[in-house]
Amino acid sequence: MADLTNSSRSRGGEPRTDAVEVIGGGRENLVPGTPLLEVDDLHVEFVTRDGVAKAVNGVSYSVSAGETLAVLGESGSGKSVTAQAIMGILDMPPGRITAGRILYRGEDLLTMGSRARRAVRGQKIAMIFQDALSALNPVLSVGYQLGEMFQVHHGVSRKEAREKAVELMDRVRIPAARQRVGDYPHQFSGGMRQRIMIAMALSLEPDLIIADEPTTALDVTVQAQVMDLLAELQHEFHMGLILITHDLGVVADVADTIAVMYAGRIVETAPVRELYARPAHPYTRGLLDSIPRLDQKGQNLHAIKGLPPSLLRIPQGCAFNPRCDRVQDRCLTELPPLVPVVAADGAELPGRRSACHFWRETLDG
Amino acid sequence: MGSYVLRRVLQMIPVFFGTTLLIFLMVYTLPGDPVTALFGEKAADPAVVASIKHQYYLDQPVWKQYLHYMGNLFQGDFGTSFTGRPVSDIMANAFPVTIRLALLAFVFELVLGLALGLVSGLRRGSIQDTLVLVLTLVVISIPVFVLAYIAQTIFATNLGWVTPTVQDSRDLSQLILPAIVLGSLSLAYVARLTRTSIGENLRADYIRTAVAKGLPRRTIVSRHLLRNSLIPVVTFLGTDLGALMGGAIVTEGIFNVQGVGNVLYRAINQKEGPTVVGIVTVLVIVYLVASLLVDLLYAVLDPRIRYA
Repeated sequence: MADLTNSSRSRGGEPRTDAVEVIGGGRENLVPGTPLLEVDDLHVEFVTRDGVAKAVNGVSYSVSAGETLAVLGESGSGKSVTAQAIMGILDMPPGRITAGRILYRGEDLLTMGSRARRAVRGQKIAMIFQDALSALNPVLSVGYQLGEMFQVHHGVSRKEAREKAVELMDRVRIPAARQRVGDYPHQFSGGMRQRIMIAMALSLEPDLIIADEPTTALDVTVQAQVMDLLAELQHEFHMGLILITHDLGVVADVADTIAVMYAGRIVETAPVRELYARPAHPYTRGLLDSIPRLDQKGQNLHAIKGLPPSLLRIPQGCAFNPRCDRVQDRCLTELPPLVPVVAADGAELPGRRSACHFWRETLDG
Repeated sequence: MGSYVLRRVLQMIPVFFGTTLLIFLMVYTLPGDPVTALFGEKAADPAVVASIKHQYYLDQPVWKQYLHYMGNLFQGDFGTSFTGRPVSDIMANAFPVTIRLALLAFVFELVLGLALGLVSGLRRGSIQDTLVLVLTLVVISIPVFVLAYIAQTIFATNLGWVTPTVQDSRDLSQLILPAIVLGSLSLAYVARLTRTSIGENLRADYIRTAVAKGLPRRTIVSRHLLRNSLIPVVTFLGTDLGALMGGAIVTEGIFNVQGVGNVLYRAINQKEGPTVVGIVTVLVIVYLVASLLVDLLYAVLDPRIRYA
């Protein structure tokens, strides 16, 4: 892992707990409206045998306390890579961040020292992974893995940590938490495992949670339960939430804002309801059209033709042009910038942006 | 767990009978007559030969000899060697020496092998890693007797730190050099196995989680990485402990260590059936017990493995 190899030299007589002063402090110190996290023009690429894969090409987004930002996109769109860059868990090498800033409460995480960075990780920004079975350590009890957060970051005793673990398991509504605290990940069901991941992320009451496809590996009924739990806890703690998903259904209920990513760029951002009602990018429209609907039973699904581009060879101009059904000559040569979307009468649509030359036409249907 | 252990112990019984019978047959079907050989160049008196043969049950058919041997074995009698010494007496002298030698070699390969594997696994592609890879490759490709003679030449002849051969096999300090030679091949395997295992687990999702939790590197390596990485290494180490006990023939021969390997080698040369069968039987049991312990240790290291 990135941090494992980089910080190895600065390991002298380090204290067991984190004495590092954490920037920011409590959530109440935050000026309302100022973003908790700002990703600014982030570029990430991976050096592979076949060339340089440009995974993230100038992504900017921000999240405030209490806000839920859904980052939507197919696999390979760069949504997870952006999240990994925020957490500092990119594999470097082969990955490298070539440009951009990631500001947490105004401080750039990318230029921060490794210890200060570590103090942010887990305590201030936590992450929930897709596959809880592989993301949890198979040979350590869930109680230990939960309690470890308190042992390492707060320096509490093993016994106290176990108590905290039981509390956390109760909080994410795992039945018989006290009896199950010594159990191992494989002894839990998929939904329960994901609850444990959520509990782990929540343990130190971070400002921001990044959930990378938190429900993809779960049954549909369990998905809803886990999403509800996540939304509820987010509300309770007034945290920012970045929800990374490819599932439009998951997003609709919980997100405030959506950022749609394609080939390492954000192609559209909008408040969730407006995006569903009137997408301003052909790719978003394609995604929405490809959701099966009961009232269109018997008709063909509108799948987006073709496949996402190889990140080694992103098409000239608009990356979506080979798959777009509205493609014009201009799209083949000129990269469309992410511009504000305004209504037909010139009224501003707050939060709406599109990276399509013909957003106006797309918006009109 | 208890029933699993019982089942494994019961499984040892047929293995025990099978191996003893096999060894017994092998020794007794060897060409040449051990009793005549005792007389060397001198012409043997047929009457004396016949009486010795009768004394050692050698005038009986093989299956009767085997039954006789096993019958005695279950009364705790391993038989008598041709020199008249009880085999149990011979083993009581040889095994402590070999156990010491094997344990020394085992500690050497365990500690150094794990350390080298850890260093190179954590820093793949570094100079340390390349060095470990090259050194282990060299050790693996050199036959153990060559290694033994090189060690003898350097440390005894050139540097004069030790005597070329062991004078007193009970002296632990004299066993260090033979133990290093004995353990070096396994050390190379342990180092490489650990390196691969560490490298694989380093890319595992749960390590990424541990980093995302903001854990210090030391905690990540010792708590999360090592235990998962050790599982395949433990299998190797367990079976190797058995192999070290029996596989010391060459090393013991070169360094003149009066252990099991040396005794066994002599016994095979002189076709001393009781001694060979006795020693091999004990080694088989050691092997079986070691592999049972490895399997049990597995369950300790990996909670996903449960025996019922």
